Amino acid sequence: MIGTDRPAAVALRGAAAELGGRTIWSHGSFEVPTGGMVCVIGPNGSGKTTLLRMLLGMVPPSSGEVDVLGAPARQGNPRIGYVPQRFGDTVGSAITGRDLVRLGHTGTRWGLGRSVDDESRVDAALDAVAGSEFAAQRLSTLSGGQQQRIAIAQALVGDPELLLLDEPLANLDLRNQREIVDLLAELRVTRGVTVVVVVHDLNPFLPHLSGVVYLLDGHPHYGPIGEVVDEELLTHLYGTQVRVVRTAQGDLFTGSG
Amino acid sequence: MLGATPLLADVGYQSNWVSILGEPFMRNAFIGGVLVALAGGLIGYFVVIREGEFAAHALGHIGFPGATGAVLLGLSPTLGLAVFCIGGALVIGALGQRAREQAVATGTILAFATGLGVLFASLASRSTSTLTNVLFGNLLAISAGQIAVFAGVTVLIAAVLAVVARPLTLASVNPEVAAAKGLPVRALSICFLVLMALATTMAVQVVGTLLLFALLVTPPATALRLTARPARVCGLATAIGLVSVVAGLVISVMFNLPPSFFIVSIATLIWAITTAVTR
Ligand SMILES: Nc1ncnc2c1ncn2[C@@H]1O[C@H](COP(=O)(O)OP(=O)(O)O)[C@@H](O)[C@H]1O
Ligand SMILES: [Mg+2]
Repeated sequence: MIGTDRPAAVALRGAAAELGGRTIWSHGSFEVPTGGMVCVIGPNGSGKTTLLRMLLGMVPPSSGEVDVLGAPARQGNPRIGYVPQRFGDTVGSAITGRDLVRLGHTGTRWGLGRSVDDESRVDAALDAVAGSEFAAQRLSTLSGGQQQRIAIAQALVGDPELLLLDEPLANLDLRNQREIVDLLAELRVTRGVTVVVVVHDLNPFLPHLSGVVYLLDGHPHYGPIGEVVDEELLTHLYGTQVRVVRTAQGDLFTGSG
Repeated sequence: MLGATPLLADVGYQSNWVSILGEPFMRNAFIGGVLVALAGGLIGYFVVIREGEFAAHALGHIGFPGATGAVLLGLSPTLGLAVFCIGGALVIGALGQRAREQAVATGTILAFATGLGVLFASLASRSTSTLTNVLFGNLLAISAGQIAVFAGVTVLIAAVLAVVARPLTLASVNPEVAAAKGLPVRALSICFLVLMALATTMAVQVVGTLLLFALLVTPPATALRLTARPARVCGLATAIGLVSVVAGLVISVMFNLPPSFFIVSIATLIWAITTAVTR
């Protein structure tokens, strides 16, 4: 699945992030291969969102270089789909799921022109997230899991090669968390999209994970799965005792205590 | 909007109201009201999805010292209104992109502007009718010149919205995604506020700063309860605005009372019924 011939999905070379004159993190040098499912973890305020925004060209690196899919990070990159943090909260009740998904494709278009292809793209994106049934409703009337599906469809509608999601499991119950994780794992396979997800808890992703970007002590690192998920690192990362258990199925589980 | 109201008869049913409706000033009133309803319906969708209701309310008040100050200087109150509304829109736009970021500063400017308007009005000796017109509007005093300006402004709002509609919608509901896609989110925000300032300048002349909300915010907010589709919200909001203005004018002539009262009452009634039914 992970192609070595393709350029890395994400490549940082000595990159640093600065906001309001303060260094958020620095000395980021790693490559995330294409085709995988990667979680970004780190304590609150460690700069996970800032990292995603840097990949989107919204925060330029204060030093070093950042490449996305073989080209320098830039704003308006159609090869990236983005689901920001707290997607549902910011949208409100004034728009339907379907209109929101369509904007993922037409939102950058000036003027009133339409193309026949617009609606079929929206249909395809809604199908991909199993969201066709509730897409006609206003976003505010949907459940958290349904809202997240709409958000993912909006990010997918432009056929991206890289999907960036910022805490898509926040405020979801366990069943919905699992459904969203399964959906992302499925999209990675069916659409061949590289998935990078900011999370607080690695657990739901462990069966599908190819690697982890961890923000530790002010520096982002990447580790393929197996290397990164060891008890010592996670304990250090979260400042609380974390255990790693390998089950008969080969799944890894982390949990405190 | 200058001058005393042409209808000075006693309050009560006017048996000659049909013939009054045929007068030239009534034609101006109808055309002016229709244009304002149209402009309000077009911009209204964006006012409500951007949670810009408070900014709309504030812009009307910010225009108040513009109009009274212009009278003090012997200038056109419409010009003063437009300059202050657009200036206010630029200041609010500079304060932040989201309604929440703007609220306190907007409210403070609103209060200051109102105070300034009161001062200007008291300094201008012959400004009583201007003061009343700016505060409560006077559709019956709309001149042919104002109609021409209204038509131009409505076309301008429609033309700009036709260009920015989709980017502005995305930037309104999803500013983070819009920014990631490279849209000029801040410029779009300022563009919207300036369009709203233009619509406000018109609406103030019809219903006044105090009642402006009923023509710029109430119709789209009512429409939004019935549908969330953008084009339908615009259409329905325009229709509600039109019904309010036209019916309000006719009733005001029948009973020789200020049109602003009936326009606002009808818009409020439609809103109240819709809210009750869709609860
Ligand atoms: N615009 C900004 N200016 C200055 N500091 C900021 C800005 N945005 C975020 N920060 C700070 O940067 C740090 C990292 O933020 P963020 O990337 O959102 O962290 P995370 O997503 O890991 O919780 C936080 O301490 C936050 O307060
Ligand atoms: Mg964050």
